[in-house]
Amino acid sequence: MTDTPQAELISSFRPQMLKFARLQLQDDAAAEDVVQEAMESALRGVDRFGGRSALKTWLFTIVRHKVIDALRERGRSVQVSSLERDEADMDEAFEALFRENGHWSPAGRPRAWGDPEEALAQRQFWQVFETCLEVLPARTARVFMMREFLGLETDEICTTLQLSISNCNVILHRARAGLRQCLSTGWFAGEGAPC
Amino acid sequence: MLTCRHATRIMSEGMDRPLSLGERLQLRFHLAFCRGCRAFRRQTAFLRRASRAFIRLSDDDTP
Repeated sequence: MTDTPQAELISSFRPQMLKFARLQLQDDAAAEDVVQEAMESALRGVDRFGGRSALKTWLFTIVRHKVIDALRERGRSVQVSSLERDEADMDEAFEALFRENGHWSPAGRPRAWGDPEEALAQRQFWQVFETCLEVLPARTARVFMMREFLGLETDEICTTLQLSISNCNVILHRARAGLRQCLSTGWFAGEGAPC
Repeated sequence: MLTCRHATRIMSEGMDRPLSLGERLQLRFHLAFCRGCRAFRRQTAFLRRASRAFIRLSDDDTP
């Protein structure tokens, strides 16, 4: 690992990441491997990050994704499902916003958010934003962050994570719809005028 | 006529690739009549701005 300030910042999260990975995997060697891989993956694009907060969210998303992959390889589906909200659950929640004909139901229809730009200046908003990212399924969160944090093109993301382009599109749509919904209820609730 | 569900997919893909002329026309027509989808589009665009602002946050800005 190189000796840049960003690499140092990544290293500073190592103990916490190891603790998390050990707890989930119950295997020190496997936890070390997962964290090492995550740190190496995170090095790419790390210079875009301004401080600890977003970098930590990004790092832990990669660790979570790699832990889940490791558990899946062992065939431990029970632990996987307790670790994260399922992608299917998110799709179900999204479907619930629509009537049978595919148009928004009255309760599901997105409402105006007032002045979202103002939210960007508020500390509490960023806590809600972080939480909304953290409750996304690991793969969903990782694809979203590769696209929106690192600014990678979808074909590059698909290649890296070995996903088809249509799968990538579905995941990005799921992430955006889920985050939109989460911010709506978590931050902008009650702000919008009914439509 | 595009459904709202389908429109959200096209809007999401429109953030990742150039849409075809057909998709753009269908979407424009749908948005002209659908306030919910207009809000969806504004709000997903906001997600992109928020994400960019989030990663630039320095430690002084965060709690």
